[in-house]
Amino acid sequence: MRDLLLCPPDHYSIQYEINPWMSRARGADTPMVQAQWRGLYEKLCSLQANVSLITPQPKLPDMVFTANAGLAVGRRFIPSNFRHQERSGEAAFFAQFMEEKGYEVVWLPPDLYFEGEGDALFGGDALFCGYKFRTDIQAHRAVADIFSCLVISVELVDPRFYHIDTCFCPLPAESGYWFPEAFDEYGQRAIRDRLPNIIDVSAEEAQVFCCNSVVLDKDIVMPAGAPNLVAQLTERGYTCHTLQMCEFLKAGGACKCLTMFMPQRQEV
Amino acid sequence: MFSETVELRGHIIDSLILPKVLDEILTRGANFKIDEIKIGQNRVDQSYARIEVSSPAEETLNDTLLRLRQHGAEVLEKAAVQLAAAPSDGVFPDDFYVTTNQRTVICLDGEEVEVQPAIMDCGIAVDPAGKTATAVRFHEVRNGTQVVVGQKGIRVVPVQRSTSRTDEFEFMATSLSSEQPKSAAIRQMAREFTRARADGGKTLLVAGPPVVHTGASEHLENLINAGHVDVLFAGNGLAVHDIEHALFGTYLGVDLHRGAAADRGHENQLRAINAIRRAGGIAAAVDSGLLQKGIMHACVQRKVKVVLAGSIRDDGPLPEVITDTVEAQKAMRAALEGVTVALMMGTMLHSMATASLLPATVKTLCVDINPAAVSKLTDPRNFQALGLVTDIELFLRELLTNLSTAANGSAGSK
Repeated sequence: MRDLLLCPPDHYSIQYEINPWMSRARGADTPMVQAQWRGLYEKLCSLQANVSLITPQPKLPDMVFTANAGLAVGRRFIPSNFRHQERSGEAAFFAQFMEEKGYEVVWLPPDLYFEGEGDALFGGDALFCGYKFRTDIQAHRAVADIFSCLVISVELVDPRFYHIDTCFCPLPAESGYWFPEAFDEYGQRAIRDRLPNIIDVSAEEAQVFCCNSVVLDKDIVMPAGAPNLVAQLTERGYTCHTLQMCEFLKAGGACKCLTMFMPQRQEV
Repeated sequence: MFSETVELRGHIIDSLILPKVLDEILTRGANFKIDEIKIGQNRVDQSYARIEVSSPAEETLNDTLLRLRQHGAEVLEKAAVQLAAAPSDGVFPDDFYVTTNQRTVICLDGEEVEVQPAIMDCGIAVDPAGKTATAVRFHEVRNGTQVVVGQKGIRVVPVQRSTSRTDEFEFMATSLSSEQPKSAAIRQMAREFTRARADGGKTLLVAGPPVVHTGASEHLENLINAGHVDVLFAGNGLAVHDIEHALFGTYLGVDLHRGAAADRGHENQLRAINAIRRAGGIAAAVDSGLLQKGIMHACVQRKVKVVLAGSIRDDGPLPEVITDTVEAQKAMRAALEGVTVALMMGTMLHSMATASLLPATVKTLCVDINPAAVSKLTDPRNFQALGLVTDIELFLRELLTNLSTAANGSAGSK
């Protein structure tokens, strides 16, 4: 059973614009927000996940995206150093929460931007980390030092896919799925070298954030709208659970952005 | 050339960040040199690379560095050069930096300043206000002169040896023994003489008495008369023997044509010196018609810049000989302006003195029948010098043949 962290969307709304998806002119529909989030919460619980909830805080609308709380490995937690001022207030709440959960909190130097699991996903023996839009590559080194793990640093080149978890989802057996065009050619080669069985996702399906999924063993919880990917994953023995996530897509997030693993890996 | 050093750390091999950074540098029109690289031994070990990025355009360098920073490259702060005041006239501070003959740049208040000239075995005197750095010898140091100490903030830019097989001069090993064929080296030297003239560079000749006693005077005279020599460094000996030969047909009393000692021939040398002293010097002797042939005569006629540096064994000496060694060094240094090719023959003393004054960019050939003299001149510090163990008369004869063939347009087209 996996432990997950979610944050109820009580204060979620589009109050600022820090990625190409956000538009204050296109606000979130509160009842639908609640319904979609609850759909995710219930789906994860139904898949035997042990879901913890952090208390949402006013004026921190994006706190709902707990993937950016930080990165937990074993009993240690590295809180995020958010690039944007709008989100920086979240870090202290997440750090305190994880500390109360018994995690040793290890802060990165404040001048290194790092946005947690949103830019750091384990696949096989490596931690794949995205850089440029939100996380600095220098932070990757610090994370590699703290967890003594191999970090594959890849440059993100499409601002619509500003975190690695928006365009990349690793799976066991040197596999996963991704939108290759979101990475530069060196990043593409580095990922293909490690995950030769990875599935390429089309631009249309990538835009519904199908890569932003939560993998729980053979169950995959993902936004609806990517039938080709679902078919390929089904063929490989996965059960895909598709959910409506349009209200969170307005802020550039979906299932994975709304979820953090506690921890993502027990050990590396 | 503008340059900065950057450091890359992390899993830069597995992530392909290192090849990406190197490609990025070249794509943007800059160049790189990997100063150091350490590859992690285990899966989780991070790797390290220290890379010098350079570009002829400052803007290109800055744009490249901006991009490299995004990939995690950290620009190393340039260490400032350390200075100390000279404790008294003619004395460097302790731990003063000793120059090489390579291009050297120091970092002064964050700016790169090139040390002028690029000569070895000097200290570096710095004028912080004027932002100048000068290679100076002991006698040029004054009490309080700011001098570079230690090794920080100094960058040496070595002359790269060409790997092209079309340039034998640069491709050859530093020394050719008497067992090896010389024609390629001589042909290349002829080409360098021709190229120097065409490019407006000057040719320096350093010659000792063996040029005369091997019977090569005539060749050298022809070389000078053909306009191939701009500067001549020699001692009292060469000039005296040349003039004795010109006036009496002997060398140290020996008739060079008959090979036999002339009657009271040993006096000829002193009589030659006396005649020149009486005439008021070599140039005056040429003007008066006393001296009508020979190497020194040709130099005067062709207005070759001549520096005759004396030594303790000199007879006379001739009036033009500079007997103060410090003054002689100064005169030699001043005469080196614009020299691009140097040919040294038959004198270890003057050749070594000259070699220590030449920048590494001057193509230098040392010719001597004595292997010890050649190897002395081609030690690793004289990076640019090639040695040739052979008879000077044979060498000069072949050099002249090559030069005249080149002048006729049939050589140098390889």
